[in-house]
Amino acid sequence: MLRNAWVIPALPVASFFVILLLGKRMPGKGHEVGLAAVGLAFVLSLVAAAQWIDRPATLEVEPAGAEAAVDHGTVPAEAETGPEADHGAATLDLAAAEEEAEGEHEVEAIRAPVVREFTWYDNGAVTVKAGTHMDGLAVVLVVVVTLISLLVHVFSTNYMHDDRRYTHFFAALSLFTAGMLIMVTSSNTLQLLFGWEMMGVCSFMLIGHWWEEKNNSDAALKAFFTTRTGDIGLLIGISILFFGAGQTFDIEALNNAALSGTIGRSTLVAGAAALLCAVIGKSAQFPLHTWLPDAMAGPTPVSALIHAATMVVAGVYLVARLYGVFWSAFDIGGGGINPVALFGGITILIAAALAFVQADIKKVLAYSTVSQLGYMVMALGVGAWTAGIFHLFTHAFFKGLLFLGAGSVSHAVHSFDMKKDMGGLRTSMPTTFKTFLIGTVALAGIPPVAGFWSKDEILLGAGENGYGLFLVVGLIGALMTAAYMTRCVYLTFFGQYRGHGHPHESPPAITIPLVVLAVLSVGAGFLNAPGIGLFGEWTDNATVLSAGVAHHEFSVSTAVIGSLAGLVGIALGYAYYRRNLGPHRLTERSAGARGGYRFLENKYYLDVLYTDTVVGSIKGPIARAAYWVNQNVLDGIVNAAGTVARASGRFVYDVIDQKVVDGLVNGAGAGAEEGGSALRVLQTGRVQQYAAFLFGSVVVLGGALVLFV
Amino acid sequence: MIAQNLIFGAIAGAMGLAALRVVTTKNIVHAALYLVVVLAGVAAIYILLAAEFTAAVQILVYVGAILVLFLFGIMLTRAPIGRTAELDNDQRGVALVVALFLLGVLGAVLQDAFGSTKLPEDAAVQRSAEVGTSIFQTYVIPFEVVSVLLLAALVGAVVIARRD
Amino acid sequence: MYLNQFLFLAAFLFCVGVYGVLARKNGVLVLMSVELILNAVNINLVAFGAFHETVAGQVFALFVIAIAAAEVGVGLAIVLLIYRNRQSIDLTEADLMKG
Repeated sequence: MLRNAWVIPALPVASFFVILLLGKRMPGKGHEVGLAAVGLAFVLSLVAAAQWIDRPATLEVEPAGAEAAVDHGTVPAEAETGPEADHGAATLDLAAAEEEAEGEHEVEAIRAPVVREFTWYDNGAVTVKAGTHMDGLAVVLVVVVTLISLLVHVFSTNYMHDDRRYTHFFAALSLFTAGMLIMVTSSNTLQLLFGWEMMGVCSFMLIGHWWEEKNNSDAALKAFFTTRTGDIGLLIGISILFFGAGQTFDIEALNNAALSGTIGRSTLVAGAAALLCAVIGKSAQFPLHTWLPDAMAGPTPVSALIHAATMVVAGVYLVARLYGVFWSAFDIGGGGINPVALFGGITILIAAALAFVQADIKKVLAYSTVSQLGYMVMALGVGAWTAGIFHLFTHAFFKGLLFLGAGSVSHAVHSFDMKKDMGGLRTSMPTTFKTFLIGTVALAGIPPVAGFWSKDEILLGAGENGYGLFLVVGLIGALMTAAYMTRCVYLTFFGQYRGHGHPHESPPAITIPLVVLAVLSVGAGFLNAPGIGLFGEWTDNATVLSAGVAHHEFSVSTAVIGSLAGLVGIALGYAYYRRNLGPHRLTERSAGARGGYRFLENKYYLDVLYTDTVVGSIKGPIARAAYWVNQNVLDGIVNAAGTVARASGRFVYDVIDQKVVDGLVNGAGAGAEEGGSALRVLQTGRVQQYAAFLFGSVVVLGGALVLFV
Repeated sequence: MIAQNLIFGAIAGAMGLAALRVVTTKNIVHAALYLVVVLAGVAAIYILLAAEFTAAVQILVYVGAILVLFLFGIMLTRAPIGRTAELDNDQRGVALVVALFLLGVLGAVLQDAFGSTKLPEDAAVQRSAEVGTSIFQTYVIPFEVVSVLLLAALVGAVVIARRD
Repeated sequence: MYLNQFLFLAAFLFCVGVYGVLARKNGVLVLMSVELILNAVNINLVAFGAFHETVAGQVFALFVIAIAAAEVGVGLAIVLLIYRNRQSIDLTEADLMKG
């Protein structure tokens, strides 16, 4: 399956077309095709994962060196011009296998990625290939994406039942899945861009699924435009890196070029900064995070799939994939501060603060997602590569679980407002309650559930790699996360039921995915637990190793501090809400608290800044100025050109044509006439005169002849 | 030799004077008569040059036919008999100048080229038989052409001058 | 005898003929002057024929005589026609081609 990994994205693409063409006529209105395609893709991705795990480690890499990896089994990675390039042959070099992980070693052997490309466009100077590049990172993401997508498909069959555009919903889900899979398995930046943009379009379609309400279409547009603003950076970054690395789009080549110093320093920093813009946009980092909470206007399965587990992690994936570029450009190995970690860190804090003031359960989860994305980006920024990817992996499960749980709750109470319509639901919706609780615990990072292991690794990485500030940020974030999630759980499931309906547990189509994800949330963390470390081993790749990303041993102190932060947060939340301790009604007593609360409620006035100041000034004064320039300056120039042309035409006509040219012509005629009149005198009509001239000429010529010859 | 030169001088003088009178006389008929003198003189010159056949033909054709034709022409065009006012047009001066210059040029050329050339002494008289042979052997084609030309001239003259 | 004396005679007759062609008003007189010219040419031809002791000069002269005859015939016919149409053979009045 690794060699035929292209099938995995191809299945959802095919199902997209089939659903569009035939879906309405099917008994299940197209969801069968979607389910079958994504299900099959999931199975195949599991096969690919199994194949990857079984793969022998043949690729020798010198850790922290600047050289490209040398695979003793096959030809080097970049020297391919044929239609196919396969790097996955079995090794013959036992010496390499002997030098496996045994403590300190000069050369590490890891699994070589399976690359299969064909040349899509070649004009002599530029060769563009299309193909798949399967390594640990790609396999992990493929499994995650197809699994979450499958669970969302199952969830949607019930949740979106009798929806006005059921078929198109499933078609868009398939297309989105295909886009993400294409992006994840791509071997070059151009294909990555292709998948990236596909996801952008599908996210627009899916967020605005109920576009009849203006809120929803506004949210879809906001999401699209905000991510688009970041996508400018992606285009620029890809172009800069293309030229900087000697005209190649190949990801491995780019990483190697970045790490070995082939790309010039300023080019590299410019390219990485541009790519960082794309990450900020797509992965909802500060300051382009404003679209994610509004995107909750879309259906809950969409939020679960796109805005929890898959699309938003595309930015994180981009950094992880092109880690050589970011590592070299921002000197991540050096410690201190770098832009990636900075943006991640800021995002963690501000999003967590905003989660406290939300009444809508999905908005809480949205801000939580933004905050957790900040964790992932920060992890990559502090050099904890495996931790960041691992957190992506676990976060997909528990955030997806939380979103689907929120969907289940809203399905029961027909509302998302926690304060008004929920409360005390743990008795009426036990399964949902239990799975939601497991998700919360995972998110808070309490051992031994999944979130703990991944978050702990991030904190460990921050501490050990010289990013002490970000360790503190991470801890504060963990505390806040636990606190607002406790608030959320309390408002939804505890206390008195404040709504007006009769909530009951959701049908199996909804609860089964919840249970599956809950199990995964608990168990997935153990993949990279100390002593097991499987995840880390599976996802190691040449770029990360040769960059010098360090794997740190488990540190009990960090683990304890991390868990403590989470527990303290839960305790605070419990105390504040359940026991009603603490400064309740502070905003009514203190103007400062009220101001702070309003500041948070208005999302730091960022939306105001963007809509009114930035866009407004463009729409208003700048547009008017541009219009003025257009009407007066540009049109003035054009009109002046026209007037000049007319005047010069008139001049040419009057002076040159009438006087000069016609003068010449008429003059020629007049000259001929006058010449003729002058010569007419000679023509008397008398023959004898002509004869006189004749003989006279003869005389003259003869005389000349005689005299001079 | 001397006799020939004397005779030549006499004939040449007569011819010259007659020619001058042809172009200056105010009487047309007199002009025609002076022309007779010139033509006859020419025939005499031919005999001096031992071209007797040509001399005979000259008399026959020119004096006998052409001159009669001229007289007919003068008669038919009601030429005034006797002296008339003017027979010269107003470019007499130009014509005189041209003619004199022409004479000058020709004279200079001739003197320069043939200043001391003498005619062969005792040249044999070229018999008519030789002339006839030459015409009908060497120059038979021009002869035929001339005959056609004469035919054409005859027809042309009739066509032009007939009254219809 | 010198060749030159014949040639000079011919030249003189030629020039007189030229004067006559240019200076005479009456058409018939012009034709007579043309006859003078032709005769001058004839003298030239025969003189050279005698000089070179060839009969070609005479033959040529004979042809010239014949052609002169034809020319006079046609010329007088034309003059007659002009007289018939214009009642005058004054060449100075025949300026229809005046520009």
